[in-house]
Amino acid sequence: MKKAKEGWKELEDGGRIIVAGNSVLYKTGDWRTNRPVWDESKCTQCMICWLTCPDSSIPAKDKKRIETDFDHCKGCGICAEVCPVKCIKMKPETDFQ
Amino acid sequence: MKEIIIIGRGGQGGKSAATILAEAALEGGNFIQSFSEYGAERQGAPVYSYCRIDDKEIRIHQGVTHPDIVAVIDPTLLPQLTMTEDMPDDGILVLNTTLSPKDVRDKMNIRKCKVFTVNATQISIDCFGKAIPNTPMLGAIERAAKLVTLDGLKKKITDKFLRKIGEEAVKKNITAIERAYNEVKEG
Amino acid sequence: MNTQELKKAQALSGAEAVAHAMRQIDPDVVPAYPITPQTDIMHAFAKFVSDGKVTGELICVESEHSAMSACVGASGAGARVMTATSANGLALMWEIVYIAASLRLPIVMSVVNRALSGPINIHCDHSDSMGCRDSGWMQMYAENNQEAYEQTIFSMKFAERAKIPIMTCMDGFITSHAVEPVILFDDAKVKAFIGDYRGDWPLLDVDKPVTMGPLDLFDYYFEHKRKQSEGIYLAKNIFNEVAEEFDRTFGTKIDVVEKYFFDDADTVIVAMSSTCGTAKVTIDKMRKEGKKVGLLKIRLFRPFPSWELRQILKGKKIVAVLDRSESFGAFGGPLFTEIRSAMYEEKGPKIVNYIFGLGGREIDAGMIERVFTEIDAYKTNEIKEYVKYLGVRG
Repeated sequence: MKKAKEGWKELEDGGRIIVAGNSVLYKTGDWRTNRPVWDESKCTQCMICWLTCPDSSIPAKDKKRIETDFDHCKGCGICAEVCPVKCIKMKPETDFQ
Repeated sequence: MKEIIIIGRGGQGGKSAATILAEAALEGGNFIQSFSEYGAERQGAPVYSYCRIDDKEIRIHQGVTHPDIVAVIDPTLLPQLTMTEDMPDDGILVLNTTLSPKDVRDKMNIRKCKVFTVNATQISIDCFGKAIPNTPMLGAIERAAKLVTLDGLKKKITDKFLRKIGEEAVKKNITAIERAYNEVKEG
Repeated sequence: MNTQELKKAQALSGAEAVAHAMRQIDPDVVPAYPITPQTDIMHAFAKFVSDGKVTGELICVESEHSAMSACVGASGAGARVMTATSANGLALMWEIVYIAASLRLPIVMSVVNRALSGPINIHCDHSDSMGCRDSGWMQMYAENNQEAYEQTIFSMKFAERAKIPIMTCMDGFITSHAVEPVILFDDAKVKAFIGDYRGDWPLLDVDKPVTMGPLDLFDYYFEHKRKQSEGIYLAKNIFNEVAEEFDRTFGTKIDVVEKYFFDDADTVIVAMSSTCGTAKVTIDKMRKEGKKVGLLKIRLFRPFPSWELRQILKGKKIVAVLDRSESFGAFGGPLFTEIRSAMYEEKGPKIVNYIFGLGGREIDAGMIERVFTEIDAYKTNEIKEYVKYLGVRG
């Protein structure tokens, strides 16, 4: 269930945002029409996709990228474009519904 | 309350004279107000400066229309003396001119007020080497209207300008004030 | 001021007096751009800066838009900030004036009231600050040099406590350039009164990161504006708190309104700023003639003391509201519409409006006496014209 938005009394003065790093709360995954499908077996872990993702939606663990964060990935396709071994392919979101 | 108008030309120090008069009067224990007309303040344009002195707090914020004292610090501005009708019978006119009080009365057709004249321009040239008649006019105004005291005026000039212009220049100003005080003619 | 107090006074122009208040407050940052008749304030303050009498930073910017932008940046960073302007300078700040208020930054701006162009004019009216009456800034108006000085110090604490910027207004030339006796408070007392300032969420505090001025669309903008509205409404209580502290520290009362021969008067003028001085002189004269006339001077225009005025004015028979600015196309000037609105639920008094003094047009005691005489007749006569123009050629 969607949480109701705050009323004016609960807001900060001046429209300030006082919680740092709160953009993670704003889920943009539903903006996506194409999904990056990552083939881990072909991946060389060059990390170019991790570096270029404009939404920081490619998490890394132990110096290796892991599966895309689909809660935030907007499906822009930059990762697929920059991948030197073409191990990321953009597939229509309808294929997964 | 005494209301004073000082008529001069932009750059001649009419506003400064009104301020100095007010400051000296404040030091003498009076309530004061001084202000000037702004706007067309080009060098040389006729400028009216005002001063009010009272033993009660001055609350009014309007121009002076019925002055008790009018001083004209530039001889060419005598035609600006159009407010004598609105002055009291014992009003005081202090004029920088080479004319005698009687000649001024005849020339300007002034039948009321006390008229005081002094050649402040000549005094200024003698003292400073140039025509800045506002300082000697303060001496003449004091002699005519006794708004502060001669000593109070001299002290104010010294306090205000000593650091800025030095002892010698202050002395010249004081000489100018004293000369005008002594040379002013009444009639 | 009485004769005894006068001994402590010095002869200062309104602008110099405000510059002294700024020296005593010693704000961290003062971004400023010159404009007549405000320039005399910054002229005097810049002298204090170069004489080493203050420690803050004076930033000489290239326009008023930049001045207010620098105010917002510095205040957002957590600094205590002051500036000053007039007329077209304030108009050029416009965009950022609203931003300062919406960010709740307690900037103190001395507004030396001057007519807005056009035609171009440098003299006093209230069109500049009145144009900002919906901007979210608080506004106070001073009658004379002493009030302009006191109001500046008061405003600093008031703004910081309310977390709302304030315009502290005085009449251009009439107050800013006139020399009057002014009693300055002790430097240390002023310092103690205003205290140290630390904003709630300074941008420079890296341990408490904050985002200011983010995009805010239809889902939150309205709530933020509602909150801002509540903030300035509640500032009225803060005004009274600060006024009480001010009185305790300096022995000087600052009130939202000042009454002059008011309580027993049935014919009343409501006005602001230097005109009130001239009105007092007029009332003194008319009282001696046995006429029951009085003045209500408004000091605090934003937040507007509607409820207080309703209580104060409800027993009066006839009220003339004097507005030193025009609100084109509206039914009367800004002060008039506020007061009529405040009085709507009451049966009386009759309220009429006089627009006066635009572009520095003289208002003298004779004109104020004519207003009293004219409105006195309205007690019995029908009012044909509610909005009149005082001192304009027909």
